[in-house]
Amino acid sequence: MDDLLSEFLTETAESIDVVDVELVKLEQDPNNKSVLDNIFRLVHTIKGTCGFLGLPRLESVAHASENILGKFRDGALEVTPEAVSLILASLDCIKGILAGLSATESEPEGDDSELIGQLNAYAAGGAALAPKVKAETPPPAPQQELDRPLKPGEVSLDELEAAFQAAPGPQEAVSETPVLDEEPTAKDNGSRAGSEAQIAVQSIRVNVDLLEDLMNMVSELVLTRNQLLQILRRQSDSEFSAPLQRLSQCTTELQEGVMKTRMQPIGNAWAKLPRVIRDLSVELRKKIDLQMVGADTELDRQVLELIKDPLTHMVRNSADHGIEMPRERAAAGKPETGTIRLNAFHEGGHIIVHVSDDGAGLNVAKLKKKIVSNGLASEAEVAEMTDQQVQRYIFHPGFSTAEKVTNISGRGVGMDVVRSNIEKIGGTIDLKSVEGRGTTFVIKIPLTLAIVSALIVKCGNERFAIPQISVLELVRASGNSEHRIEHIKNTPVLRLRDRLLPLVDLHNVLKVARDDEAADADREEFIVVSQVGSFTFGIVVDRVFDTEEIVVKPVAPILRDIQVYSGNTILGDGSVIMILDPNGIAATTGSAMGDSDQVSESDVVATDSEGRKETMLVFRAGTETPRAVPLSLVARLEEIPVETIEFSNGSHVVQYRGQIMPLIMVDESCEMKREGRQSVIVFTDRGRTMGLAVDEIIDIVEDHVEVELTSDRTGIIGTAVIAKRASEIVDVSHYLLKAFGDWKKGARAEMQDGANGRRVLMIDDSDFFRNLLKPLLTAAGYRVASAASASEALRMREEGQKFDIILSDIEMPGMDGFELASTLRQDGIWQETPIIALSTHSSPQHVDRGREVGFDDYVAKFDRDALLESLAEHLTKRGKAA
Amino acid sequence: MSKGTTNVTQIKRTESTAVGGDFVTFRLADQLLGIPVLEVHDVLASQKITPIPLAPHAVAGVLNLRGRIVTAIDLRARLGLAVRKTDDKPMSIVIEHNGEPYSLLIDKVGEVLSLTAEHFERNPVTLDACWQSVSCGIYRLDGELLVAVNVDRLLDFAVAAAA
Repeated sequence: MDDLLSEFLTETAESIDVVDVELVKLEQDPNNKSVLDNIFRLVHTIKGTCGFLGLPRLESVAHASENILGKFRDGALEVTPEAVSLILASLDCIKGILAGLSATESEPEGDDSELIGQLNAYAAGGAALAPKVKAETPPPAPQQELDRPLKPGEVSLDELEAAFQAAPGPQEAVSETPVLDEEPTAKDNGSRAGSEAQIAVQSIRVNVDLLEDLMNMVSELVLTRNQLLQILRRQSDSEFSAPLQRLSQCTTELQEGVMKTRMQPIGNAWAKLPRVIRDLSVELRKKIDLQMVGADTELDRQVLELIKDPLTHMVRNSADHGIEMPRERAAAGKPETGTIRLNAFHEGGHIIVHVSDDGAGLNVAKLKKKIVSNGLASEAEVAEMTDQQVQRYIFHPGFSTAEKVTNISGRGVGMDVVRSNIEKIGGTIDLKSVEGRGTTFVIKIPLTLAIVSALIVKCGNERFAIPQISVLELVRASGNSEHRIEHIKNTPVLRLRDRLLPLVDLHNVLKVARDDEAADADREEFIVVSQVGSFTFGIVVDRVFDTEEIVVKPVAPILRDIQVYSGNTILGDGSVIMILDPNGIAATTGSAMGDSDQVSESDVVATDSEGRKETMLVFRAGTETPRAVPLSLVARLEEIPVETIEFSNGSHVVQYRGQIMPLIMVDESCEMKREGRQSVIVFTDRGRTMGLAVDEIIDIVEDHVEVELTSDRTGIIGTAVIAKRASEIVDVSHYLLKAFGDWKKGARAEMQDGANGRRVLMIDDSDFFRNLLKPLLTAAGYRVASAASASEALRMREEGQKFDIILSDIEMPGMDGFELASTLRQDGIWQETPIIALSTHSSPQHVDRGREVGFDDYVAKFDRDALLESLAEHLTKRGKAA
Repeated sequence: MSKGTTNVTQIKRTESTAVGGDFVTFRLADQLLGIPVLEVHDVLASQKITPIPLAPHAVAGVLNLRGRIVTAIDLRARLGLAVRKTDDKPMSIVIEHNGEPYSLLIDKVGEVLSLTAEHFERNPVTLDACWQSVSCGIYRLDGELLVAVNVDRLLDFAVAAAA
């Protein structure tokens, strides 16, 4: 059976059971708003789900009963036993259809118009029709089955259902059906049981509370295990040691297992969405593209379950209210196809989910009117609100911006439910909306209950945990060690690898007294280097203990607004400690993390920490010193049989993919192998292919590459430490030149009227990139100057140096590329100079932001062709304009 | 003494409508106070409490109660009384509020008293505003007065602060 369908069946069956019970409760206590809300929500969900699964019969019945419930909720109708029976009857009808659905995988045929008529009449006219349906009347659901010719399968199912529902009555009715009545019933009974069993086997639904208890129990077990192991450590030779080891291992496995039952990729919650969007776009006649990023972000099952519905709601809302009709979009100058984008990622102990659309955005004026007319705030109050405050009213219960009640949404169930569900798990939701540009919802969910690895530190007399995920490194500083804390007007900073690291003293943040056991002069301090967004800073603590796996528990509501804590946990020794949130710490220190920028900043982070690493191909050729070349420049690695290598026109060549490929030795000290196979690194540039003959490919290493020594030897850019060994970085352009004497000429020729001595300023904090690109650009005929930071570049501007074009990195310490570009655009002699952004990442957000701040183009760092093209293009453009 | 879980709805009803019932009594700076016995989950001797920097004044910290993290509220601080002497170890009464466990730090727990409506009085209008807000009334005992504490209102500041 279709996964979607079977899930729908289990879910709906559960919902219906709940509604059954709740309705009875409601009948007894008609004024209970929460019960009514719950029923309404469940029926609304059933209706909604039916809609996109294409189950018109179910949908229409659910819709009709929802109408009545809606009237209850608005107070337009009173909750009477008659009305409740009517709704119960419709539930029975839904059950009947569901049974048919699970047997045949398609909606059984039938006519519910009588029931729907009754429901609608009741909704319209209140009690007028009520007497017709008395509380005792057998539910109409079984009755309506009689109105049509019955196929054996369906009959028996519905009849069975009816038999469960009511006394013998319907049984008699069934006897009117064709001859072989009894037998198929029995058979189908069996097959139905079988199919139900099948559904049951596919998944076992376990109450989350049970999993929760299990998790708690396991945490306790782990704790006890740790205590036992501690005792064992004190006794050198104990007969307990072997069984305890075994116990320990089992406990670990059990813990992992239980954890695993709880963790699921967020993609599971998204699985339904493409279909939802597809169906919606058909129904609404809109063109919608759904993009999902970060589907493998794992989160706690419980959390996942709880955000599933809110997410679906939000995506539906975006499709229904956010994205405009194709014609409107075209008129507004947007592509006809609207985009809804889901993006999930981990950040500092939270999971962030963005749901954004490029639709109409929220109309603030309309919202204001609605707020006033709904009596949520007075006109004067509304006038004083910021746009964002006004927009946040969409999270208010009973607030719906849709003009009319549609099938998809717009009954005021929606954003308030979304918010309450998210807040239930200790999360937050916020939105940013620009009219005409679209809306972005930002959901922040704490990693509740998840086990994380944390660093335990001490500050004052207390211990705290810092999630390992946000810790980059640890530095020990004292008066006489290599690292020392220095002060600039009472602001502590640390020199770390030729950079200044801003420091935040945890004592000050938490306002706790210093542990003054050590004298001030030679006191040791520990610095936890953390990264929040693109902001790297050090947290000064008194001591660092080890790391520990901790179970994150949310803090009590009263502590929830203290932003430096993301949770608390119980350590192995049984004590409770608070978990620090580096995000919150950075925020309390007011460190250049603008609220509005946070979203885009965090986008940078996810990529940034990896972006600093370079993947290098390490090989050996001639000398013992390993050599390396960026893997991104390598086209292929080949092993070429020596006998196919030919000698032509003074150099080695080989036939490679229908072309003649020259083979170049790294330097004179190398020799071509005499027999066997020759390892060759293949480079491709502008349709030409060259092979670099090497002795041995050693490894592919991902590492921070800092070129430390610049070499004056040809063909070598410099030396860098890669995988703890000094390695020579090979200048590929040198060998390309060697292989093709006309390579440089070709490059020049391609530049047309570009190049030729034009001055290029290259700003990049990485020596490696500067050294890699400089020869390339020089070879292409440019005169290249370089700067290692934005401030150095600004200094050059002050000195009055002039350039024809500027290339700038985006991710740089201190002032980043975006900031630099906007600074340059403001004034100064470089105001008109074209600026091209260089980045290892060229996501659409980056590109957009780049254009906003004044970059003329955005090029991926390793795409040398695009870079040369872009340079030429902008120089030419400028030349013509001048 | 452990009362285990209790039927919360039932408590709510007795709380709002009826006066009288069984109270767990405790002392706070010589004042006798009482909490409906059904609200009390646990009474604990002095516990190891982890203080929380930056927490509201009345929050003494958090403690581990059989694997559950419980927020400790210092009732002296909450009710504006003098700070406890350092060598006086507080006792705790554990209650639940909105599904969250709280431990109320008190000086000493007393006996459980069965009180009737005839001894009940409304709060004197001159009573301290803070006490007004958390007390649901006074019981006249022999030679002493007992302040009946409404737990929900006592912890409402938590909700107000979190909202």
